[in-house]
Amino acid sequence: FVGVFTVFRGLSAVSTCSQSCSANPTLTTLFIFNAAMKNSDSMGVNTIHWFRKGLRLHDNPALRDSIRGTDTLRCIYILDPWFAGSSSVGINRWRFLLHCLEDLDASLRKLNSRLFVIRGQPTDVFPRLFREWNIARLSYEYDSEPFGKERDAAIQKLASEAGVEVTVRISHTLYNLDKIIELNDGQPPLTYKRFQAIINQMDAVELPAETIISKVIKNCTTPITHDHDDKFGVPSLEELGFETEGLSTAVWPGGETEALMRLERHLERKAWVANFERPRMNSNSLLAAPTGLSPYLRFGCLSCRLFYFKLTDLYKKVKKNSTPPLSLYGQLLWREFFYTTATNNPCFDKMEGNPVCLQIPWDRNPEALAKWAEGQTGYPWIDAIMTQLRQEGWIHHLARHAVACFLTRGDLWISWEEGMKVFEELLLDADWSVNAGSWMWLSCSSFFQQFFHCYCPVGFGRRTDPSGDYIRRYLPVLRGFPAKYIYDPWNAPEDVQKAAKCIIGTNYPRPMVNHAEASRVNIERMKQIYQQLSCYKGLVISVSSSYGESSRDQASLRFACTRASQRTLPQGPLFIG
Amino acid sequence: MKRGRSVLNSKCPIFPYHEKPGKRHKPSFALSPPTDWGNLPYCIVLQIFQHLSLVDRARSSSVCRCWNDVFHMPDLWRRFEFELNQPATSYLRSTHPDLIQQIIKKHAQHLQYVSFKVDSSTESAEAACDILSQLVNCTIKTLGLISTARSSFMDVSQAHFVSALTVVFVNSKSLSSIKIDDTPVDDPSLKVLVANNSDTLKLLKMSSCPHVSPAGILCVADQCHGLRELALNYHLLSDELLLALSSEKHVHLEHLRIDVVSENPGQTHFHTIKRNSWEALVRHSPKVNIVMYFFLYEEEFGPFFCEETPVTHLYFGRAVSKEMLGRIGLNCPRLVELVVCANGLNPLDEELIRIAKRCKSLTAIGLGECEVTCSGFVEFVKTCGGRLTQLSIMEEVLIPDNRYNMEQIHSEVSKHLGRLWFPDMMPTW
Repeated sequence: FVGVFTVFRGLSAVSTCSQSCSANPTLTTLFIFNAAMKNSDSMGVNTIHWFRKGLRLHDNPALRDSIRGTDTLRCIYILDPWFAGSSSVGINRWRFLLHCLEDLDASLRKLNSRLFVIRGQPTDVFPRLFREWNIARLSYEYDSEPFGKERDAAIQKLASEAGVEVTVRISHTLYNLDKIIELNDGQPPLTYKRFQAIINQMDAVELPAETIISKVIKNCTTPITHDHDDKFGVPSLEELGFETEGLSTAVWPGGETEALMRLERHLERKAWVANFERPRMNSNSLLAAPTGLSPYLRFGCLSCRLFYFKLTDLYKKVKKNSTPPLSLYGQLLWREFFYTTATNNPCFDKMEGNPVCLQIPWDRNPEALAKWAEGQTGYPWIDAIMTQLRQEGWIHHLARHAVACFLTRGDLWISWEEGMKVFEELLLDADWSVNAGSWMWLSCSSFFQQFFHCYCPVGFGRRTDPSGDYIRRYLPVLRGFPAKYIYDPWNAPEDVQKAAKCIIGTNYPRPMVNHAEASRVNIERMKQIYQQLSCYKGLVISVSSSYGESSRDQASLRFACTRASQRTLPQGPLFIG
Repeated sequence: MKRGRSVLNSKCPIFPYHEKPGKRHKPSFALSPPTDWGNLPYCIVLQIFQHLSLVDRARSSSVCRCWNDVFHMPDLWRRFEFELNQPATSYLRSTHPDLIQQIIKKHAQHLQYVSFKVDSSTESAEAACDILSQLVNCTIKTLGLISTARSSFMDVSQAHFVSALTVVFVNSKSLSSIKIDDTPVDDPSLKVLVANNSDTLKLLKMSSCPHVSPAGILCVADQCHGLRELALNYHLLSDELLLALSSEKHVHLEHLRIDVVSENPGQTHFHTIKRNSWEALVRHSPKVNIVMYFFLYEEEFGPFFCEETPVTHLYFGRAVSKEMLGRIGLNCPRLVELVVCANGLNPLDEELIRIAKRCKSLTAIGLGECEVTCSGFVEFVKTCGGRLTQLSIMEEVLIPDNRYNMEQIHSEVSKHLGRLWFPDMMPTW
């Protein structure tokens, strides 16, 4: 035994080893493994880089920094095989992730390295790896989400017990979110305008770290065994238990390579249009664009900082060096806003116990929820959007507003948490913070208080795409309907339905709610909630005062909206900004 | 219970004086021994309890007999909100059935301001009716029946509902505020209401009560001369009603809310109200707020705003045409607040500017899916000036043109408003 002990560093590693000796029969394999690795692992500095998000080699400062002075490098991704079965993550999300991992593996191969995909839970996997590979360093990109922080704290503890140095760098967000919170008196800004004001006070965004190329990594080796693919290869969808028969090609192929290509295309298109304004919405906007970037930002295939700086450079070039407005970075800043609001709030994805969420008496109705989730509401506009979402994994943000409004405050009065769960399963770019935050926003549960604005499931679609081609594309059963009736086919006369070979009620469902009635009722419900908020001074369409006895004794509302930081906002109506 | 000495006034600390550590030292204004939380004067415990939530109060009441007594003092039971939810239909908790029983047994006579919040299950609405039926010896002033999701009161049998409601109408005799929107209340129940409470009734909200007829509501207006606030659907509105509300004996009306709802496209015919009737109302009550909520299809707006209408607050829950907005500019001089959910893809510049010019009392506006050019919008804001206290415009509404882009618009508008302004934004990701 003494011979083996000299391989390990530090007393703490010894105690870990002796504890596991009795329980762990694989220690014998450890001997053999270590004997083989003696040359590379035993004397040098061995590093693990742990990919979670940040699935890229460009702008990866954690990896970049931990490579310095490293002798061996192993880039790992930990896959919890049980997640696949529990399918709160759908097939498109898994496929995208697997594409990302394959792309990483391919890129690493070009650098004489490989990706190591390891099955298990991080708290089980790491102690084993620290020992097996004689690890001295661990690096990863900072994860700001509450669950991520907890998990990483546990891993850091394991690392310090094993004498492993941990390198963490921020590169998933533009800024250090804790600094934003600090600048706002210790609270995350609860309005987007306030958030922008704080951003203006922050130091400039840090430049992206240099890409990991051969030159950077030249002094490192990666010990690769002949059975690497069996032990550490990227699994396939079938191996994870998915049925791939009849699965169409991915509309959104994952991976860093694809992401960078799209970035170039995206910038080219912007330059050609020479217009950095928000693009006018038209029917084409609804379809997946080859310049779309949101899923790549979510998985970290594309660095948000790289995107930021490329946009800035382009703007300065086209607009002759004038200062770019904050609106140029809209997409990135919204993402940053939600990450900031969520980082210290483990209840961010719930209504109950969530200090920034209004307690709204949503209806519990699993049947109605299922109809919405499966695109069986009877409203073609809503159903087409949900069908696109399920098939492809992405929908335009206005389409998201439409279906979110329909589910919550617009028509069905179902909790935003249910909608959030469906999006989590189907939407490629929905991560915890952004998804929960957006759903709270769209259901008027937080941040945004203009509940009067309601999207009509007929009118909104009709105005966005008068031809109805979007509907025909995703709901082929309705192809035969003329544009006049395709958004409200139940109003089409019998002969039109017969000609379209689609009888409403038989081939396509009747509308599940009467929108006029539902929205009338719901606006009243929202008003009831908001009327009771002592701090709400927005448009209330004349709240009658005498009945409004403030029932503070029994307020079912626990919305702490009177924060000191909000009062320091510049003069203006409370509900704006 | 020993009352404290006169030093126990509001300036004195409420809680017994802390002993200095390590020293046995008699505090200068201690309560007579034994110094005990349970011996706090009732009035003080009452004051404290009034700041506690119901749950905390209920827990406190189990601490000792004194606190239990205070928990049941009438002052704490004037106001109560019954929350009736079923786990299958709601995420929220219900008022505990034992507590409900206790209230009915011990506190029915203390209740003055009562509301019932029910979820979308019929069960909850029926439970509310059951409680109502038992509130026999009470002097309720304010009653609210509130559906927090679907209108579940409409699923209760009409007979059951009406008889429960009538119990309160008959027994209270001094009802001043009643909220019964979305319920199956009918004309006979309104007659009972009037027969017992005509002197005290000040507020009646009954939007979307399909079993009430124009005659039924007219009866209320004729007899309840103290009525200051009324909410109802358009089909109940009549010339006679407006005239009744303007009769000499009637107090000034403060608030009239009218919901205009369409059942099916093109199938509802809306009657018109004569201009004289409106004028009579405004003459009698010059400060009255007239609030109209429209949930109609575009083609159903025909009968409205063809003549001068004294509406002050307008909400369009669905699309409204350019032509309609044009008419509003012409015929609604008293307009204070305007909200448009959706219009279409043609800029509303002209219509908005006309509204700014002719509706001189306009202070609040909200625009959803519409389009307005930036220049037109600036012109609108300039015309209104600082009187616009609420300007809620969705970001997508504003169309940049050759004079203003989105960056410039917010500073230009802020300048004219005299405060910092931004359009409303929605997340784009």
